Amino acid sequence: MSIPVDLDRRFRDAAAHSGMLDAAYDVVDSPLGPLLVASGNHGILRISFDPDVEQHVEWLSHVAGRSVLRAPRQVEPLRRELDEYFEGRRHAFDLSVDLRGVTPFTERVLRELALIPFGQTATYAELATRAGNPKAARAVGMTMNRNRIPIVLPCHRVIGANGSLVGYAGGLERKVALLTLEGVLL
Amino acid sequence: MEAVAIPPFETFYAEHRSEVLGLLRRKLGRDRADDAFQETFLRALRAYERLEHGEHLRAWVLTIASRVAIDVHRRAKPTAELPELTHDDARPAYEDLGELTDGLPPKERAAVVLRYGYDLTYDQIAAVLDSSPDAARQAASTGVRRLRKETSA
Repeated sequence: MSIPVDLDRRFRDAAAHSGMLDAAYDVVDSPLGPLLVASGNHGILRISFDPDVEQHVEWLSHVAGRSVLRAPRQVEPLRRELDEYFEGRRHAFDLSVDLRGVTPFTERVLRELALIPFGQTATYAELATRAGNPKAARAVGMTMNRNRIPIVLPCHRVIGANGSLVGYAGGLERKVALLTLEGVLL
Repeated sequence: MEAVAIPPFETFYAEHRSEVLGLLRRKLGRDRADDAFQETFLRALRAYERLEHGEHLRAWVLTIASRVAIDVHRRAKPTAELPELTHDDARPAYEDLGELTDGLPPKERAAVVLRYGYDLTYDQIAAVLDSSPDAARQAASTGVRRLRKETSA
């Protein structure tokens, strides 16, 4: 027996409103396919192109706490900013990101990454230099590959020294789509 | 023995929501069951981060629902007698200690059964009773004292 959709939504809204959730998530539509988005009281926790919900719920519960619930209302601000970005009406995200659990190096790299503006790119080596370790281009590549918050933390703006796109954890075609949206690629 | 892991709240909610709704509809009817449903899972959510193990979560949430139903009755008829707690499959917490605690007031009975029948913590019991851990401890100890008096009389 399932419960009425309306009742289910009312509880999820009330839970979001209560402020008691460690993490809320939803699966939202985007031009790049369904996105799993999750946020907690300290900001965005996860954006993923892989909508395998169960695996994400386990991860969120591990990282943020066990009070994890699918609660569209709580991730609504994030969904709205993403919508605006995909419609070309937003060039920077206002919401904060929750990077708990990452190493200090990863955090430095991601903070620098966040500073690359819409429509511009940097190379792995340049980002490594900005993060204070010019020799760490490979480690920067790894950090981009493991980026929990793609799009908002714009790892799609990081490319190879020879101008090649190199790779993208969400699939190279999505990197192409994002760089096209931003006018970097035609 | 390894403690039973506590699932993410989403998993817990998905697993028990239809049974909780069924219980509340039987006790309160369709209209009043909806609000009670929300209240039940909000109480559970409030206590969820303090759970110490994942055992008896079904008994726990059904007991919360039973308590919420009693509160709804009480609000509806402030001067009426409290409804008698009945034995049915939806209130498994009362199976073991059911007969023994039959004569206790509902709150003390719930506290005694959850504490000694299910080994729940006072934090968890507080969520069931919608009160503080101290009040839950108080209810359990008053209940036990009352039982001692009855059984020795």
